[in-house]
Amino acid sequence: MFTRAAFLAGARSSLPGFPGLLVFGMAFGAAAAQKGLSFAEALGLSTFVYAGAAQMVGLEVWQEVWTLGNILTLMTVTAIINARFLLLGATIHPWIRYEPLPRAAANLFLLTDASWIFSMRYRNEGGRDVGFLFGCGAALWVPWVAASVAGFFAGAFIPEPKRFGLDLVMPILFSVMLVPMWKGVLPALPWLAAGLVSLLVHTFVPGYTFIIAGALAGVATGMVMK
Amino acid sequence: MTTWIQFASPWGSALAIAAMALATYLCRIGGVLLMTRVKITPRAERGLRALPGSIIVATTLPLIVNGGLSAFVSVAVAAIAMALTRVELAGLAAGLGTLSILRAFGV
Repeated sequence: MFTRAAFLAGARSSLPGFPGLLVFGMAFGAAAAQKGLSFAEALGLSTFVYAGAAQMVGLEVWQEVWTLGNILTLMTVTAIINARFLLLGATIHPWIRYEPLPRAAANLFLLTDASWIFSMRYRNEGGRDVGFLFGCGAALWVPWVAASVAGFFAGAFIPEPKRFGLDLVMPILFSVMLVPMWKGVLPALPWLAAGLVSLLVHTFVPGYTFIIAGALAGVATGMVMK
Repeated sequence: MTTWIQFASPWGSALAIAAMALATYLCRIGGVLLMTRVKITPRAERGLRALPGSIIVATTLPLIVNGGLSAFVSVAVAAIAMALTRVELAGLAAGLGTLSILRAFGV
């Protein structure tokens, strides 16, 4: 099912994602300008990659002249940071599998952490229309690109995110979205396992492995529970 | 290794952006493609039901712990506001407000 009404509902529901998105979009634009990327390069990254953490790290390995080796490094780094999308996709599969291929392909291009989290709430409350997911993704994509452009030109004038607590906007939003998922102590036991493993891995392994390790620990716990 | 092939701007940049976009897109579709190959047993279904919440906890908990006391209190306030109002923006605003107040006082 894919309706215009659900698309619009998804777009509306993505509003709480805007503060974080605008802050990080501007931070990316500013960082790109500072690293010496051209406007077209910064715009191209935000438009086609549309993944904040990966874009930020991509800037760290950005080159003036690219060799095949550099490109492979860039792809590997990108894939490692975005590997969490594999998990998001796994949760979306039962929802999107009956969609026509081109529409599913376009829908997944716009998949982000924020669009996923709003869609999960919609689905938990009985929603079944994938137009909602598409609406979230599209509505968040526009300000992401716009904020990157603004950040590119406004660079030095952007206030430090930490001053308004905006560096923690993502964890706070995610925690807020966890509340309606609460169905009692027993169904939350896998979350406990996920949290413990992610803390451990975060302490001992650099990078973003902790997300996947923790999430898989949660799945494993869910599987062994009756 | 492969330094004998070089791509200068603007073609090099275009290629790099395309490569990065491709790697990201493969991650976006990979999970869905993978699940079409997996047989969903009742056990696997129980595991998958725990996945969304587990992703959220695994992503946020280390960041909250890193953020210290002010982050912890802010998240708690945000969650309580959300539980009372069921409005995401209210929860988010309560959390960010608490955090900026705590930081202003140097917590």
